[in-house]
Amino acid sequence: MSRGTAAVTAATNGAPSREGLSSAAMVVHAKGLGLTFETGDGPVDALSDVSLEIEKGEFVSFIGPSGCGKTTFLRVIADLERPTRGSISVNGMTPEEARQARSYGYVFQAAGLFPWRTIERNVTLPLEIMGYPQAEQRERVRRTLDLVNLTGFEKKYPWQLSGGMQQRASIARALSFDADLLLMDEPFGALDEIVRDHLNSQLLELWARTNKTICFVTHSIPEAVYLSTKIVVMSPRPGRVTDVIRSTLPAERPLDIRESAEFLKIAHRVREGLRTGHSYED
Amino acid sequence: MIAFREKIIPVSVVVLVILAAWYAFAILLNAPFQTDINKRLDQKQDLVSFVESTWAQRKPVLPAPHQIASNFFKNTFEVRVTSRRSLVYNSWVTLSSTLVGFAFGTILGALIAVGIVHVPALDKSFMPWIIASQTIPILAIAPMVIVVFAAIGVTGLIPKALISAYLSFFPVAVGMVKGLRSPEILNLDLMHTYNASRSQIFWKLRVPASVPFLFTSMKVAVAASLVGAIVGELPTGAVAGIGAKLLAGSYYSQTIDMWSALVAGSIVAVLLVAAVGVTGRIVERRMGSRGA
Repeated sequence: MSRGTAAVTAATNGAPSREGLSSAAMVVHAKGLGLTFETGDGPVDALSDVSLEIEKGEFVSFIGPSGCGKTTFLRVIADLERPTRGSISVNGMTPEEARQARSYGYVFQAAGLFPWRTIERNVTLPLEIMGYPQAEQRERVRRTLDLVNLTGFEKKYPWQLSGGMQQRASIARALSFDADLLLMDEPFGALDEIVRDHLNSQLLELWARTNKTICFVTHSIPEAVYLSTKIVVMSPRPGRVTDVIRSTLPAERPLDIRESAEFLKIAHRVREGLRTGHSYED
Repeated sequence: MIAFREKIIPVSVVVLVILAAWYAFAILLNAPFQTDINKRLDQKQDLVSFVESTWAQRKPVLPAPHQIASNFFKNTFEVRVTSRRSLVYNSWVTLSSTLVGFAFGTILGALIAVGIVHVPALDKSFMPWIIASQTIPILAIAPMVIVVFAAIGVTGLIPKALISAYLSFFPVAVGMVKGLRSPEILNLDLMHTYNASRSQIFWKLRVPASVPFLFTSMKVAVAASLVGAIVGELPTGAVAGIGAKLLAGSYYSQTIDMWSALVAGSIVAVLLVAAVGVTGRIVERRMGSRGA
Protein backbone atom coordinates (compact mmCIF):
# COMPACT_ATOMS: atom_id res chain seq x y z
CA MET A 1 0.00 0.00 0.00
CA SER A 2 1.40 3.43 -0.86
CA ARG A 3 2.05 6.07 1.74
CA GLY A 4 0.92 9.65 1.35
CA THR A 5 -2.07 10.30 -0.85
CA ALA A 6 -4.61 7.62 -1.48
CA ALA A 7 -7.46 8.65 -3.72
CA VAL A 8 -10.07 5.99 -4.17
CA THR A 9 -12.51 6.09 -6.99
CA ALA A 10 -12.84 2.41 -7.83
CA ALA A 11 -13.35 -0.53 -5.54
CA THR A 12 -10.00 -2.14 -4.89
CA ASN A 13 -11.34 -5.45 -3.75
CA GLY A 14 -14.23 -5.89 -6.13
CA ALA A 15 -16.82 -5.82 -3.32
CA PRO A 16 -19.68 -3.37 -4.02
CA SER A 17 -20.33 -0.43 -1.72
CA ARG A 18 -23.64 -0.33 0.07
CA GLU A 19 -25.43 2.01 -2.30
CA GLY A 20 -23.92 0.90 -5.61
CA LEU A 21 -21.27 3.01 -7.30
CA SER A 22 -23.32 4.12 -10.26
CA SER A 23 -25.69 6.32 -8.28
CA ALA A 24 -23.16 7.40 -5.67
CA ALA A 25 -22.97 11.15 -5.14
CA MET A 26 -19.91 12.69 -3.57
CA VAL A 27 -20.90 13.76 -0.09
CA VAL A 28 -17.37 14.76 0.85
CA HIS A 29 -14.65 15.48 -1.68
CA ALA A 30 -11.25 16.49 -0.35
CA LYS A 31 -8.27 17.31 -2.58
CA GLY A 32 -4.79 17.93 -1.30
CA LEU A 33 -6.23 19.11 2.00
CA GLY A 34 -3.70 20.47 4.50
CA LEU A 35 -3.99 22.11 7.90
CA THR A 36 -1.08 23.55 9.84
CA PHE A 37 -1.61 24.81 13.38
CA GLU A 38 0.65 27.60 14.56
CA THR A 39 1.42 26.62 18.12
CA GLY A 40 3.80 28.07 20.67
CA ASP A 41 6.26 25.29 19.89
CA GLY A 42 6.23 25.90 16.16
CA PRO A 43 3.94 24.79 13.32
CA VAL A 44 2.16 21.45 13.62
CA ASP A 45 1.02 19.67 10.45
CA ALA A 46 -2.28 18.25 11.60
CA LEU A 47 -3.27 17.32 8.04
CA SER A 48 -0.98 16.92 5.09
CA ASP A 49 -2.09 16.35 1.50
CA VAL A 50 -5.29 14.44 2.27
CA SER A 51 -7.32 13.50 -0.79
CA LEU A 52 -10.46 11.52 -0.14
CA GLU A 53 -13.93 10.93 -1.50
CA ILE A 54 -16.90 9.80 0.55
CA GLU A 55 -19.94 8.58 -1.31
CA LYS A 56 -23.57 8.81 -0.24
CA GLY A 57 -24.70 6.08 2.08
CA GLU A 58 -21.23 4.94 3.08
CA PHE A 59 -20.12 4.25 6.59
CA VAL A 60 -16.53 5.49 6.69
CA SER A 61 -14.29 4.98 9.70
CA PHE A 62 -11.18 7.00 10.33
CA ILE A 63 -8.65 5.17 12.43
CA GLY A 64 -5.23 6.05 13.65
CA PRO A 65 -3.29 6.95 16.79
CA SER A 66 -3.51 10.34 18.53
CA GLY A 67 -2.33 13.20 16.41
CA CYS A 68 -2.97 11.54 13.07
CA GLY A 69 -5.49 14.17 12.07
CA LYS A 70 -8.68 12.11 12.06
CA THR A 71 -10.58 14.42 14.40
CA THR A 72 -9.12 17.43 12.61
CA PHE A 73 -10.40 16.12 9.27
CA LEU A 74 -13.86 15.62 10.74
CA ARG A 75 -13.81 19.13 12.14
CA VAL A 76 -12.79 20.53 8.74
CA ILE A 77 -15.83 18.82 7.19
CA ALA A 78 -17.94 20.40 9.96
CA ASP A 79 -16.41 23.86 9.41
CA LEU A 80 -15.10 23.86 12.97
CA GLU A 81 -11.57 24.24 11.57
CA ARG A 82 -10.40 25.99 8.43
CA PRO A 83 -7.84 24.22 6.20
CA THR A 84 -4.70 26.10 5.28
CA ARG A 85 -4.14 24.31 1.96
CA GLY A 86 -6.12 22.35 -0.60
CA SER A 87 -9.86 22.16 -1.12
CA ILE A 88 -12.84 20.33 0.27
CA SER A 89 -16.49 20.25 -0.68
CA VAL A 90 -19.38 18.93 1.36
CA ASN A 91 -22.58 18.10 -0.55
CA GLY A 92 -21.16 20.17 -3.39
CA MET A 93 -20.78 23.27 -1.18
CA THR A 94 -17.98 24.70 0.93
CA PRO A 95 -17.98 23.43 4.52
CA GLU A 96 -19.18 26.82 5.71
CA GLU A 97 -22.17 26.77 3.36
CA ALA A 98 -22.89 23.19 4.38
CA ARG A 99 -22.83 24.21 8.04
CA GLN A 100 -25.13 27.15 7.40
CA ALA A 101 -27.46 24.82 5.52
CA ARG A 102 -27.36 22.50 8.55
CA SER A 103 -26.37 19.57 6.38
CA TYR A 104 -24.87 17.39 9.07
CA GLY A 105 -25.27 16.25 12.64
CA TYR A 106 -22.19 16.12 14.83
CA VAL A 107 -21.71 13.76 17.75
CA PHE A 108 -18.85 14.66 20.05
CA GLN A 109 -16.70 12.49 22.28
CA ALA A 110 -18.63 13.61 25.32
CA ALA A 111 -22.40 13.70 25.17
CA GLY A 112 -22.44 17.46 25.81
CA LEU A 113 -26.08 17.50 26.89
CA PHE A 114 -27.24 20.68 28.61
CA PRO A 115 -27.67 19.75 32.29
CA TRP A 116 -30.52 22.21 32.82
CA ARG A 117 -32.66 20.64 30.09
CA THR A 118 -34.53 17.35 30.14
CA ILE A 119 -33.57 14.73 27.56
CA GLU A 120 -36.57 15.74 25.49
CA ARG A 121 -35.58 19.41 25.51
CA ASN A 122 -31.98 18.50 24.76
CA VAL A 123 -33.08 16.67 21.62
CA THR A 124 -35.27 19.60 20.58
CA LEU A 125 -32.39 22.07 20.97
CA PRO A 126 -31.39 22.01 17.27
CA LEU A 127 -35.06 22.01 16.27
CA GLU A 128 -35.71 25.15 18.33
CA ILE A 129 -32.70 26.86 16.79
CA MET A 130 -33.79 25.89 13.29
CA GLY A 131 -37.35 27.07 13.88
CA TYR A 132 -39.40 23.90 13.60
CA PRO A 133 -43.00 24.23 14.81
CA GLN A 134 -43.82 22.80 18.22
CA ALA A 135 -45.95 19.90 17.03
CA GLU A 136 -43.28 18.77 14.60
CA GLN A 137 -40.64 19.06 17.32
CA ARG A 138 -42.60 16.70 19.55
CA GLU A 139 -43.01 14.21 16.74
CA ARG A 140 -39.32 14.26 15.84
CA VAL A 141 -38.27 13.81 19.45
CA ARG A 142 -40.55 10.81 19.81
CA ARG A 143 -39.20 9.31 16.61
CA THR A 144 -35.49 9.81 17.27
CA LEU A 145 -35.65 8.68 20.90
CA ASP A 146 -37.38 5.56 19.65
CA LEU A 147 -34.57 5.04 17.13
CA VAL A 148 -31.98 5.04 19.90
CA ASN A 149 -34.17 3.08 22.32
CA LEU A 150 -34.59 5.84 24.86
CA THR A 151 -38.39 6.02 24.82
CA GLY A 152 -39.65 6.80 28.30
CA PHE A 153 -36.66 8.92 29.31
CA GLU A 154 -37.98 12.18 27.86
CA LYS A 155 -38.55 13.90 31.21
CA LYS A 156 -35.32 12.77 32.82
CA TYR A 157 -32.31 14.99 33.31
CA PRO A 158 -28.87 14.04 31.93
CA TRP A 159 -27.42 13.34 35.35
CA GLN A 160 -30.03 10.65 35.81
CA LEU A 161 -28.78 8.71 32.79
CA SER A 162 -25.73 6.49 32.42
CA GLY A 163 -22.89 7.44 30.10
CA GLY A 164 -24.09 5.14 27.35
CA MET A 165 -27.62 6.51 27.54
CA GLN A 166 -26.35 10.08 27.45
CA GLN A 167 -24.39 9.28 24.30
CA ARG A 168 -27.49 7.74 22.76
CA ALA A 169 -29.41 10.93 23.57
CA SER A 170 -26.62 12.88 21.92
CA ILE A 171 -26.98 10.71 18.80
CA ALA A 172 -30.75 11.23 18.86
CA ARG A 173 -30.13 14.97 18.99
CA ALA A 174 -27.85 14.74 15.94
CA LEU A 175 -30.50 12.78 14.05
CA SER A 176 -33.48 14.95 14.94
CA PHE A 177 -33.23 17.40 12.06
CA ASP A 178 -32.76 14.78 9.33
CA ALA A 179 -29.34 15.79 8.12
CA ASP A 180 -28.06 13.25 5.64
CA LEU A 181 -24.52 13.32 6.95
CA LEU A 182 -23.60 12.18 10.44
CA LEU A 183 -20.16 13.05 11.81
CA MET A 184 -19.18 11.09 14.89
CA ASP A 185 -15.97 11.77 16.80
CA GLU A 186 -15.11 8.74 18.97
CA PRO A 187 -18.64 8.76 20.42
CA PHE A 188 -18.17 5.52 22.33
CA GLY A 189 -14.60 6.15 23.45
CA ALA A 190 -15.50 6.86 27.07
CA LEU A 191 -17.68 3.76 27.48
CA ASP A 192 -16.81 0.24 28.54
CA GLU A 193 -16.55 -2.55 25.99
CA ILE A 194 -19.86 -4.25 26.76
CA VAL A 195 -21.86 -1.06 26.35
CA ARG A 196 -19.78 -0.26 23.31
CA ASP A 197 -20.60 -3.58 21.61
CA HIS A 198 -24.28 -2.99 22.27
CA LEU A 199 -24.16 0.54 20.89
CA ASN A 200 -22.16 -0.58 17.85
CA SER A 201 -24.85 -3.01 16.79
CA GLN A 202 -27.54 -0.43 17.53
CA LEU A 203 -25.68 2.06 15.38
CA LEU A 204 -25.55 -0.36 12.48
CA GLU A 205 -29.28 -0.97 12.80
CA LEU A 206 -29.87 2.73 12.84
CA TRP A 207 -27.73 3.21 9.76
CA ALA A 208 -29.68 0.50 7.95
CA ARG A 209 -32.97 2.17 8.81
CA THR A 210 -32.01 5.74 8.01
CA ASN A 211 -29.58 5.34 5.09
CA LYS A 212 -27.38 8.19 6.20
CA THR A 213 -23.76 8.79 5.31
CA ILE A 214 -21.68 8.32 8.44
CA CYS A 215 -18.12 9.46 9.11
CA PHE A 216 -16.90 7.79 12.25
CA VAL A 217 -13.63 8.53 14.03
CA THR A 218 -12.31 5.82 16.30
CA HIS A 219 -9.12 4.49 17.77
CA SER A 220 -10.45 0.95 18.08
CA ILE A 221 -9.53 -1.36 15.20
CA PRO A 222 -12.33 -3.92 15.82
CA GLU A 223 -14.88 -1.12 16.00
CA ALA A 224 -13.68 0.39 12.74
CA VAL A 225 -13.71 -2.93 10.90
CA TYR A 226 -17.06 -3.99 12.38
CA LEU A 227 -18.98 -0.83 11.55
CA SER A 228 -17.62 0.41 8.23
CA THR A 229 -17.99 -0.04 4.54
CA LYS A 230 -14.73 1.86 4.11
CA ILE A 231 -11.82 2.31 6.50
CA VAL A 232 -9.41 5.19 6.21
CA VAL A 233 -6.14 4.49 8.01
CA MET A 234 -4.23 7.57 9.07
CA SER A 235 -0.92 8.19 10.77
CA PRO A 236 0.67 11.14 12.53
CA ARG A 237 3.54 13.56 12.07
CA PRO A 238 2.39 14.81 9.66
CA GLY A 239 -1.27 13.72 9.72
CA ARG A 240 -1.90 11.84 6.48
CA VAL A 241 -3.84 8.97 4.94
CA THR A 242 -1.87 5.76 4.80
CA ASP A 243 -4.49 3.38 3.37
CA VAL A 244 -8.10 3.25 2.30
CA ILE A 245 -9.72 -0.16 2.69
CA ARG A 246 -13.02 -1.15 1.13
CA SER A 247 -14.67 -3.66 3.42
CA THR A 248 -15.68 -7.04 2.00
CA LEU A 249 -17.96 -7.88 4.88
CA PRO A 250 -21.67 -8.28 4.12
CA ALA A 251 -24.23 -5.66 5.09
CA GLU A 252 -25.80 -7.91 7.71
CA ARG A 253 -23.30 -8.10 10.54
CA PRO A 254 -24.01 -9.93 13.77
CA LEU A 255 -21.48 -9.36 16.53
CA ASP A 256 -20.03 -12.84 15.92
CA ILE A 257 -18.67 -11.71 12.60
CA ARG A 258 -15.78 -10.25 14.55
CA GLU A 259 -14.31 -13.71 14.87
CA SER A 260 -14.59 -14.62 11.20
CA ALA A 261 -11.55 -14.99 8.94
CA GLU A 262 -12.67 -12.16 6.69
CA PHE A 263 -12.88 -9.79 9.62
CA LEU A 264 -9.42 -10.73 10.83
CA LYS A 265 -7.99 -10.24 7.37
CA ILE A 266 -9.32 -6.71 7.17
CA ALA A 267 -8.16 -5.96 10.70
CA HIS A 268 -4.73 -7.24 9.75
CA ARG A 269 -4.65 -4.93 6.77
CA VAL A 270 -5.56 -2.02 9.05
CA ARG A 271 -2.69 -2.90 11.34
CA GLU A 272 -0.35 -3.08 8.38
CA GLY A 273 -1.46 0.38 7.36
CA LEU A 274 -0.78 1.66 10.87
CA ARG A 275 2.63 0.03 10.85
CA THR A 276 3.65 1.61 7.56
CA GLY A 277 2.61 4.91 9.01
CA HIS A 278 5.01 4.35 11.89
CA SER A 279 2.07 4.48 14.27
CA TYR A 280 3.56 1.80 16.46
CA GLU A 281 6.86 3.57 16.94
CA ASP A 282 7.68 6.41 19.29
CA MET B 1 -27.98 18.07 53.94
CA ILE B 2 -26.48 17.79 57.41
CA ALA B 3 -29.28 17.16 59.84
CA PHE B 4 -30.48 20.25 61.65
CA ARG B 5 -29.76 18.51 64.93
CA GLU B 6 -26.15 17.94 63.94
CA LYS B 7 -25.74 21.62 63.12
CA ILE B 8 -27.39 22.98 66.22
CA ILE B 9 -24.88 21.66 68.75
CA PRO B 10 -21.72 23.13 67.21
CA VAL B 11 -23.50 26.41 66.52
CA SER B 12 -24.80 26.61 70.09
CA VAL B 13 -21.36 25.92 71.49
CA VAL B 14 -19.87 28.73 69.42
CA VAL B 15 -22.67 31.10 70.47
CA LEU B 16 -22.11 30.28 74.14
CA VAL B 17 -18.38 30.86 73.83
CA ILE B 18 -19.00 34.21 72.16
CA LEU B 19 -21.48 35.23 74.87
CA ALA B 20 -19.04 34.28 77.62
CA ALA B 21 -16.25 36.27 75.98
CA TRP B 22 -18.65 39.19 75.53
CA TYR B 23 -19.56 39.32 79.20
CA ALA B 24 -15.89 39.15 80.11
CA PHE B 25 -14.99 42.03 77.80
CA ALA B 26 -17.95 44.04 79.09
CA ILE B 27 -16.52 43.84 82.59
CA LEU B 28 -13.08 44.82 81.30
CA LEU B 29 -14.19 47.77 79.20
CA ASN B 30 -16.79 49.16 81.58
CA ALA B 31 -14.63 48.81 84.71
CA PRO B 32 -12.74 52.14 84.40
CA PHE B 33 -16.00 54.14 84.33
CA GLN B 34 -17.41 52.11 87.20
CA THR B 35 -14.35 52.70 89.39
CA ASP B 36 -14.68 56.38 88.50
CA ILE B 37 -18.30 56.45 89.71
CA ASN B 38 -17.39 54.62 92.89
CA LYS B 39 -14.63 57.13 93.62
CA ARG B 40 -16.98 60.07 93.07
CA LEU B 41 -19.82 58.59 95.13
CA ASP B 42 -17.28 57.45 97.65
CA GLN B 43 -18.72 53.98 97.81
CA LYS B 44 -17.06 50.64 97.96
CA GLN B 45 -18.34 47.56 96.12
CA ASP B 46 -17.39 43.96 96.54
CA LEU B 47 -16.46 42.00 93.43
CA VAL B 48 -19.86 40.53 92.68
CA SER B 49 -21.78 43.81 92.88
CA PHE B 50 -18.95 45.54 90.96
CA VAL B 51 -19.31 43.06 88.14
CA GLU B 52 -23.08 43.42 88.18
CA SER B 53 -22.75 47.18 88.01
CA THR B 54 -20.49 46.98 84.97
CA TRP B 55 -23.26 45.03 83.32
CA ALA B 56 -25.95 47.55 84.19
CA GLN B 57 -24.56 50.95 83.26
CA ARG B 58 -26.79 53.33 81.38
CA LYS B 59 -24.22 54.32 78.79
CA PRO B 60 -21.66 51.53 78.85
CA VAL B 61 -18.63 51.33 76.60
CA LEU B 62 -19.56 47.75 75.78
CA PRO B 63 -23.15 46.86 76.64
CA ALA B 64 -23.76 43.41 78.03
CA PRO B 65 -25.77 41.03 75.85
CA HIS B 66 -28.82 41.13 78.10
CA GLN B 67 -28.87 44.96 77.96
CA ILE B 68 -28.81 44.82 74.16
CA ALA B 69 -31.43 42.11 74.14
CA SER B 70 -33.88 44.04 76.34
CA ASN B 71 -33.35 47.25 74.36
CA PHE B 72 -33.87 45.35 71.10
CA PHE B 73 -36.96 43.68 72.42
CA LYS B 74 -38.38 46.96 73.65
CA ASN B 75 -37.75 48.83 70.42
CA THR B 76 -39.02 46.07 68.20
CA PHE B 77 -42.05 44.67 69.97
CA GLU B 78 -43.10 47.15 72.62
CA VAL B 79 -43.05 50.25 70.49
CA ARG B 80 -45.55 51.10 67.77
CA VAL B 81 -44.25 49.92 64.39
CA THR B 82 -44.68 53.32 62.81
CA SER B 83 -42.91 55.29 65.52
CA ARG B 84 -39.46 56.72 64.93
CA ARG B 85 -37.99 54.62 67.71
CA SER B 86 -39.16 51.34 66.25
CA LEU B 87 -36.40 49.15 64.92
CA VAL B 88 -38.91 47.62 62.54
CA TYR B 89 -39.64 51.01 60.98
CA ASN B 90 -35.97 51.94 60.75
CA SER B 91 -35.05 48.57 59.35
CA TRP B 92 -37.74 48.95 56.75
CA VAL B 93 -36.39 52.35 55.66
CA THR B 94 -32.93 50.91 55.18
CA LEU B 95 -34.28 47.74 53.61
CA SER B 96 -36.30 49.60 51.00
CA SER B 97 -33.28 51.50 49.66
CA THR B 98 -31.22 48.28 49.91
CA LEU B 99 -33.69 46.39 47.73
CA VAL B 100 -34.05 49.15 45.15
CA GLY B 101 -30.27 49.61 44.98
CA PHE B 102 -29.77 45.85 44.78
CA ALA B 103 -32.18 45.60 41.86
CA PHE B 104 -30.46 48.46 40.00
CA GLY B 105 -27.02 47.05 40.78
CA THR B 106 -27.89 43.53 39.63
CA ILE B 107 -29.36 44.73 36.36
CA LEU B 108 -26.43 47.09 35.76
CA GLY B 109 -23.91 44.38 36.60
CA ALA B 110 -25.62 41.89 34.30
CA LEU B 111 -25.70 44.39 31.42
CA ILE B 112 -22.02 45.19 31.91
CA ALA B 113 -21.22 41.48 31.88
CA VAL B 114 -23.19 40.93 28.67
CA GLY B 115 -21.31 43.83 27.09
CA ILE B 116 -17.91 42.55 28.18
CA VAL B 117 -18.57 39.04 26.88
CA HIS B 118 -19.90 40.14 23.49
CA VAL B 119 -17.92 43.26 22.65
CA PRO B 120 -14.14 42.68 22.53
CA ALA B 121 -13.40 46.40 22.90
CA LEU B 122 -15.34 46.52 26.15
CA ASP B 123 -13.61 43.39 27.35
CA LYS B 124 -10.20 45.00 27.05
CA SER B 125 -11.04 48.47 28.24
CA PHE B 126 -13.85 48.26 30.74
CA MET B 127 -12.68 45.89 33.44
CA PRO B 128 -9.85 48.08 34.79
CA TRP B 129 -12.28 50.98 35.17
CA ILE B 130 -14.81 48.86 36.99
CA ILE B 131 -12.19 47.56 39.38
CA ALA B 132 -10.83 51.05 39.94
CA SER B 133 -14.31 52.26 40.74
CA GLN B 134 -14.50 49.88 43.66
CA THR B 135 -11.22 50.97 45.18
CA ILE B 136 -12.54 54.44 46.04
CA PRO B 137 -13.72 54.34 49.66
CA ILE B 138 -17.49 54.41 49.80
CA LEU B 139 -17.44 56.72 52.80
CA ALA B 140 -15.84 59.32 50.57
CA ILE B 141 -18.30 58.96 47.72
CA ALA B 142 -21.49 58.67 49.73
CA PRO B 143 -21.56 62.25 51.05
CA MET B 144 -20.82 63.61 47.57
CA VAL B 145 -23.66 61.62 46.04
CA ILE B 146 -26.12 62.69 48.74
CA VAL B 147 -25.15 66.35 48.55
CA VAL B 148 -25.20 66.47 44.74
CA PHE B 149 -28.62 64.89 44.60
CA ALA B 150 -29.96 67.08 47.37
CA ALA B 151 -28.82 70.08 45.35
CA ILE B 152 -31.06 69.03 42.47
CA GLY B 153 -33.88 68.30 44.85
CA VAL B 154 -33.69 64.50 44.99
CA THR B 155 -33.53 63.24 48.54
CA GLY B 156 -34.53 60.16 50.46
CA LEU B 157 -34.51 56.78 48.83
CA ILE B 158 -32.93 57.44 45.41
CA PRO B 159 -29.49 58.70 46.45
CA LYS B 160 -29.17 55.90 49.01
CA ALA B 161 -30.29 53.35 46.43
CA LEU B 162 -27.64 54.68 44.05
CA ILE B 163 -24.94 54.12 46.62
CA SER B 164 -26.26 50.61 47.18
CA ALA B 165 -26.29 49.99 43.44
CA TYR B 166 -22.73 51.28 43.18
CA LEU B 167 -21.55 48.72 45.71
CA SER B 168 -23.60 45.82 44.42
CA PHE B 169 -23.04 45.97 40.65
CA PHE B 170 -19.41 44.88 40.89
CA PRO B 171 -19.84 41.35 42.29
CA VAL B 172 -22.67 40.72 39.85
CA ALA B 173 -20.62 41.97 36.89
CA VAL B 174 -17.59 39.87 37.78
CA GLY B 175 -19.65 36.77 38.55
CA MET B 176 -21.75 37.04 35.41
CA VAL B 177 -18.72 37.51 33.15
CA LYS B 178 -17.40 34.23 34.51
CA GLY B 179 -20.81 32.63 34.24
CA LEU B 180 -21.49 33.75 30.67
CA ARG B 181 -18.09 32.42 29.69
CA SER B 182 -18.52 29.16 31.59
CA PRO B 183 -19.96 26.92 28.83
CA GLU B 184 -17.47 24.34 27.59
CA ILE B 185 -15.97 24.72 24.14
CA LEU B 186 -17.74 21.48 23.24
CA ASN B 187 -21.14 23.07 23.74
CA LEU B 188 -20.11 26.20 21.87
CA ASP B 189 -18.92 24.02 18.96
CA LEU B 190 -22.25 22.21 19.11
CA MET B 191 -24.16 25.47 18.73
CA HIS B 192 -21.80 26.38 15.89
CA THR B 193 -22.71 23.20 14.02
CA TYR B 194 -26.37 24.22 14.24
CA ASN B 195 -25.43 27.62 12.78
CA ALA B 196 -27.03 29.23 15.83
CA SER B 197 -27.03 33.03 15.92
CA ARG B 198 -25.19 34.88 18.69
CA SER B 199 -28.47 35.73 20.33
CA GLN B 200 -29.58 32.09 20.28
CA ILE B 201 -26.28 31.01 21.80
CA PHE B 202 -26.72 33.71 24.44
CA TRP B 203 -30.25 32.80 25.50
CA LYS B 204 -30.05 29.03 25.10
CA LEU B 205 -26.56 28.34 26.37
CA ARG B 206 -24.81 31.21 28.13
CA VAL B 207 -27.68 32.50 30.26
CA PRO B 208 -28.77 29.13 31.74
CA ALA B 209 -25.12 28.21 32.35
CA SER B 210 -24.56 31.43 34.29
CA VAL B 211 -27.46 31.04 36.75
CA PRO B 212 -25.38 29.45 39.58
CA PHE B 213 -22.78 32.19 39.18
CA LEU B 214 -25.50 34.83 39.26
CA PHE B 215 -26.96 33.69 42.55
CA THR B 216 -23.57 33.37 44.20
CA SER B 217 -22.66 36.93 43.26
CA MET B 218 -26.11 38.15 44.26
CA LYS B 219 -25.49 36.93 47.79
CA VAL B 220 -22.38 39.11 47.98
CA ALA B 221 -24.17 41.95 46.21
CA VAL B 222 -27.13 42.07 48.56
CA ALA B 223 -24.88 42.30 51.62
CA ALA B 224 -22.83 45.05 49.96
CA SER B 225 -26.06 46.79 49.05
CA LEU B 226 -27.16 46.86 52.70
CA VAL B 227 -23.81 48.36 53.69
CA GLY B 228 -24.29 51.00 51.02
CA ALA B 229 -27.73 51.93 52.29
CA ILE B 230 -26.51 52.26 55.87
CA VAL B 231 -23.47 54.29 54.82
CA GLY B 232 -25.76 56.50 52.77
CA GLU B 233 -27.65 57.43 55.90
CA LEU B 234 -24.59 58.54 57.83
CA PRO B 235 -23.13 61.61 56.20
CA THR B 236 -26.07 64.01 56.16
CA GLY B 237 -27.75 62.97 59.36
CA ALA B 238 -30.76 61.20 57.96
CA VAL B 239 -33.67 60.91 60.35
CA ALA B 240 -34.69 57.34 59.67
CA GLY B 241 -32.98 54.06 58.99
CA ILE B 242 -30.44 51.83 60.68
CA GLY B 243 -27.62 54.22 59.83
CA ALA B 244 -29.63 57.11 61.21
CA LYS B 245 -30.13 55.25 64.49
CA LEU B 246 -26.42 54.49 64.64
CA LEU B 247 -25.66 58.14 64.08
CA ALA B 248 -28.18 59.36 66.65
CA GLY B 249 -26.86 56.85 69.13
CA SER B 250 -23.34 58.13 68.68
CA TYR B 251 -24.40 61.77 69.06
CA TYR B 252 -26.12 61.10 72.38
CA SER B 253 -23.77 58.35 73.58
CA GLN B 254 -26.66 55.91 73.58
CA THR B 255 -24.38 52.93 73.10
CA ILE B 256 -27.07 50.41 73.87
CA ASP B 257 -29.27 51.91 71.15
CA MET B 258 -26.36 51.71 68.74
CA TRP B 259 -25.75 48.06 69.46
CA SER B 260 -29.46 47.36 69.13
CA ALA B 261 -29.48 48.98 65.73
CA LEU B 262 -26.43 46.91 64.79
CA VAL B 263 -28.21 43.72 65.76
CA ALA B 264 -31.23 44.78 63.72
CA GLY B 265 -28.99 45.46 60.74
CA SER B 266 -27.33 42.07 61.09
CA ILE B 267 -30.68 40.30 61.21
CA VAL B 268 -31.75 42.13 58.04
CA ALA B 269 -28.49 41.09 56.36
CA VAL B 270 -28.90 37.45 57.35
CA LEU B 271 -32.48 37.42 56.10
CA LEU B 272 -31.51 38.99 52.78
CA VAL B 273 -28.63 36.61 52.08
CA ALA B 274 -30.76 33.64 53.15
CA ALA B 275 -33.58 34.79 50.88
CA VAL B 276 -31.21 35.01 47.91
CA GLY B 277 -29.75 31.63 48.77
CA VAL B 278 -33.12 29.93 49.05
CA THR B 279 -34.33 31.51 45.82
CA GLY B 280 -31.15 30.34 44.13
CA ARG B 281 -31.66 26.79 45.29
CA ILE B 282 -35.28 26.74 44.16
CA VAL B 283 -34.37 28.08 40.72
CA GLU B 284 -31.56 25.56 40.33
CA ARG B 285 -33.83 22.71 41.35
CA ARG B 286 -36.35 23.78 38.71
CA MET B 287 -33.48 23.82 36.22
CA GLY B 288 -32.68 20.21 36.91
CA SER B 289 -29.66 20.49 39.16
CA ARG B 290 -28.78 17.46 41.17
CA GLY B 291 -29.45 19.33 44.42
CA ALA B 292 -26.07 18.45 45.86
